[in-house]
Amino acid sequence: MIVLNGESAPFRAGETLDAVLASLGLTATSPGVAIAVDREVVPRAEWETFTLADGASVEVLTAMQGG
Amino acid sequence: MTDSTTGTAAPSNASSGNGAVEAPEEDVLRIAGRTFSSRLLLGTGGFPSLELLAEAIARSGSELVTVALRRIDPAARGSLVDVLSAGGVELLPNTAGCFTARDAVLTAKLAREAFQTDLVKLEVIGDEDTLLPDAPELLRAAEELVDDGFTVLPYTTDDPILARRLVDVGCAAVMPLGSPIGSGMGIRNPYNIALIREAVRVPVVLDAGIGTASDAALAMELGCDAVMAASAIARAEDPVRMASAMRQAVQAGRLARTAGRIPRRRYATASTPAEGLPEF
Repeated sequence: MIVLNGESAPFRAGETLDAVLASLGLTATSPGVAIAVDREVVPRAEWETFTLADGASVEVLTAMQGG
Repeated sequence: MTDSTTGTAAPSNASSGNGAVEAPEEDVLRIAGRTFSSRLLLGTGGFPSLELLAEAIARSGSELVTVALRRIDPAARGSLVDVLSAGGVELLPNTAGCFTARDAVLTAKLAREAFQTDLVKLEVIGDEDTLLPDAPELLRAAEELVDDGFTVLPYTTDDPILARRLVDVGCAAVMPLGSPIGSGMGIRNPYNIALIREAVRVPVVLDAGIGTASDAALAMELGCDAVMAASAIARAEDPVRMASAMRQAVQAGRLARTAGRIPRRRYATASTPAEGLPEF
């Protein structure tokens, strides 16, 4: 299991961020998206190869209206 | 005429052919090597719909608009990124909602990754009720981000000393508040805003507290290089109309500032000569 945007999500250790993106309807080329894993930025170029550890905290963020 | 404190050229000719008053082309806003012909920055928060936001951006003439970074909502309709790229504007990501330098720095790095820009409107907030900046955390985050290559525009209090400290660590502009975010109370301490303009040599962008067009004009008359408006436009009864009002107010205020206002006097000064006055 991992924690995806604050909620438990059924991803196994060793799966890549690509799989997480796909579950959100995104791809590695979706514009305006950024990902942090355990409070570290994961550059876009690494999304296809970055493998998740069990219990990883993943934040997938995008543009929202704001001040 | 060149204003040495801001590196911006003052207008030499304030009129245009069709009678509309517009800022002359050469009177551009320069922030860290970028140039903008509009001196109105638009916040995208609070608009009731993306359609209204798109129309307000167009009507405001703004070329630099803020955007926030939040958890993605797969069910969200429409894409803010699409609307903003269609509007041809440059993005100014913010770190709204961050209470520590640590969170703000991480958010800025994520925004750089998401939007491919080194610009960041740095917000480090002290508490939920006032949303006032937390000065020590703000300064710490600014220094760290500047060192990491960011072009940092900090949302700050109306304290000239803090503004100077922010510029000392390398901020490309300062964004002092007129009054608390979303309060619409205008500029509570115009003296401090004028002092900030004198204290630093980077652009001063009046941010937060703007309620209506006259507030924006006052900011420019005080010497600010630009004004940022968000709630004042987004939450107006007619946001598109208010976007237009703000655009004109910023232009009018800039023109008035560069035109040089008359000094205030306690007594009247006749505008009609007494010479030739008949004696009845």
